[in-house]
Amino acid sequence: MYRYTDFDAAFVAERNAQFRAQVERRIDGSLTEDEFKPLRLMNGLYLQLHAYMLRVAVPYGTLSSAQMRQLAFIADKWDKGYGHFTTRQNIQFNWPTLRDVPDMLDALAEVQMHAIQTSGNTIRNVTADHFAGAAADEIADPRPVAELIRQWSTDHPEFQFLPRKFKIAVTGSPNDRAVTKAHDIGLRMVRNDAGEPGFEVIIGGGLGRTPMIGKVVRDFLPEADLLPYLEAVVSVWNLLGRRDNKYKSRIKITVHEHGIDDIRARVEERFDFLRPAFSGVDQQLFAQIKSDFEAPAFKDRDTAPFDQAYANDPVFRSWADTNLSAHRAPGHAIAQISLKAHGATPGDATSDQMRVMADLAARYGHDELRVSHEQNIVLPHVHKADLPAIHAALNDAGLATANIGRISDIIACPGMDYCALATARSIPIAQEIATRFDQLKLEHEVGDLKIKISGCINACGHHHVGHIGILGLDRAGVENYQITLGGNHTENAAIGQRTGPGFSAGEIVPAIERIVDTYLSERESADEAFIDTFARVGMAPFKTALYGESEKKQQAA
Amino acid sequence: MPASFTPKVVTANALLEGDVVYLTEADTWSRHLAEADVLTDEADAQIRLIDASSRSGEVVGVYLADVTPDQNGPKPAHFREAFRMRGPSNYAHGKQAEPATPPRT
Repeated sequence: MYRYTDFDAAFVAERNAQFRAQVERRIDGSLTEDEFKPLRLMNGLYLQLHAYMLRVAVPYGTLSSAQMRQLAFIADKWDKGYGHFTTRQNIQFNWPTLRDVPDMLDALAEVQMHAIQTSGNTIRNVTADHFAGAAADEIADPRPVAELIRQWSTDHPEFQFLPRKFKIAVTGSPNDRAVTKAHDIGLRMVRNDAGEPGFEVIIGGGLGRTPMIGKVVRDFLPEADLLPYLEAVVSVWNLLGRRDNKYKSRIKITVHEHGIDDIRARVEERFDFLRPAFSGVDQQLFAQIKSDFEAPAFKDRDTAPFDQAYANDPVFRSWADTNLSAHRAPGHAIAQISLKAHGATPGDATSDQMRVMADLAARYGHDELRVSHEQNIVLPHVHKADLPAIHAALNDAGLATANIGRISDIIACPGMDYCALATARSIPIAQEIATRFDQLKLEHEVGDLKIKISGCINACGHHHVGHIGILGLDRAGVENYQITLGGNHTENAAIGQRTGPGFSAGEIVPAIERIVDTYLSERESADEAFIDTFARVGMAPFKTALYGESEKKQQAA
Repeated sequence: MPASFTPKVVTANALLEGDVVYLTEADTWSRHLAEADVLTDEADAQIRLIDASSRSGEVVGVYLADVTPDQNGPKPAHFREAFRMRGPSNYAHGKQAEPATPPRT
């Protein structure tokens, strides 16, 4: 893992001292809220419905056990004993008081963490494939790239007052687990015909009010040109981006208004200008960073304990079938810890659960944990022989839910239970859907199905790219939920299509049930996933199931 | 005839704690909607809003929220205000976990 240099540590300490003084000046009346708000947002501090909220960056979702333990300590000391892991691989604390936040930031700095640029119109925390460095299908580890971008973008003087926020995601695998096509910049690590490493650069993706799938601006960018090229993209948008209307300020709108060819030409011109300014220091730094991410020494051991448990323990087998993924080292696996126990809040972990996960990472997992954008925790490097013991420990902590990728593994934003921007609640809908399908015992029969819920049009819950997307709105003072079908978050990214009129909070779970029933009756075999059935049969049978024949006739008339 | 004015309360979040507060008749901030001063005159509501907004050393994000008057005190007119008054629905945190609303005096 990356370790802070003296420069990093001094920078974070200085920022924390500055913010401590800013908080004091706000409290003693020297700063107004208008003056203070941009300062607190730069340091990840929001004011939500019921309290302040501190959003802590987890760079590219990577945590050590010491960092996870410190998050647990912070949750106990200054919050209510839990934290909320988010779709941007961060963690949010929902209940800090203003006076405590400087101490929380100092506690984070003790374990080389911070909340800088987790908000505001800056380049946000860089996200990456949560299986980075572990996945069997990976071309290269995206974390050194993400770390290089983090260092370049942190406090970058040109990019502290952008037209709007800016999000970058990196994947080193052709199977995109980082939703790169829904980011302002998505980077796919590829190799050219000569076998040289580089990037496919995708820009202008995004969800929110105007969802867009990103477009390829450069199909092969040599690895060494990354930073000058990124700087060119961001600076072209910084100049062109609409500051008159925040709904049109994101780069997706700039690309849409100007066209990808015009933007490409401007970026290439700017790139030619900027490239000589990069003297190669960035590449020396990149080489150093890469050495921080060397793979652990994987041991070759007998997998008999795994094989025995798999053969004899149906509960373990069920968990292994859903929660494990292929690791690149023989005898190893990637284990996902579901933060989606049926009826629980998606993405929440108690401080005790955090400590259990930290202990497991320290004892069995080369001290590494990951936060996935799907709001689960990953043990990226575990030997199969240790999995029965890991599963038993998770089970004792209420963390052994076998539902990764299933209907109850729902992404949900905090919604109107916490968020000041929300127009409806998300969490109770997720809880009810998970509980209902658990009662029906249909989950494993249904198989791979991603439900994603947002409590407002800003789409933090990624509803546009859910196989089933749910968007909570306020319709004349009542919570109302629109459904989209056919969204896809992978390399085959697609925006879901709206089914029609929305449903009340009381109607939405039965509506989801009708959709799932329709899938089960329409699919050709149990091997045909929901998304494939939808692609084959289209919207019509689902519409009929949701709205009845009368709707269809009305449309035909 | 002018459109009827929906009764309102002045509400905000406390600067230090961040929790929801309401302006009382005595111009103090209360944690309880039941203690909020219900404003039934539009001009009066605007003046109270302006005055409250200037108290930036105490509160953040001052605004007028619609309420429905009731014999037990004002009730939130919109579900967002109901959540602000109560707390989140997934845990018994926030106001719902605090001492019950005191009787209106």
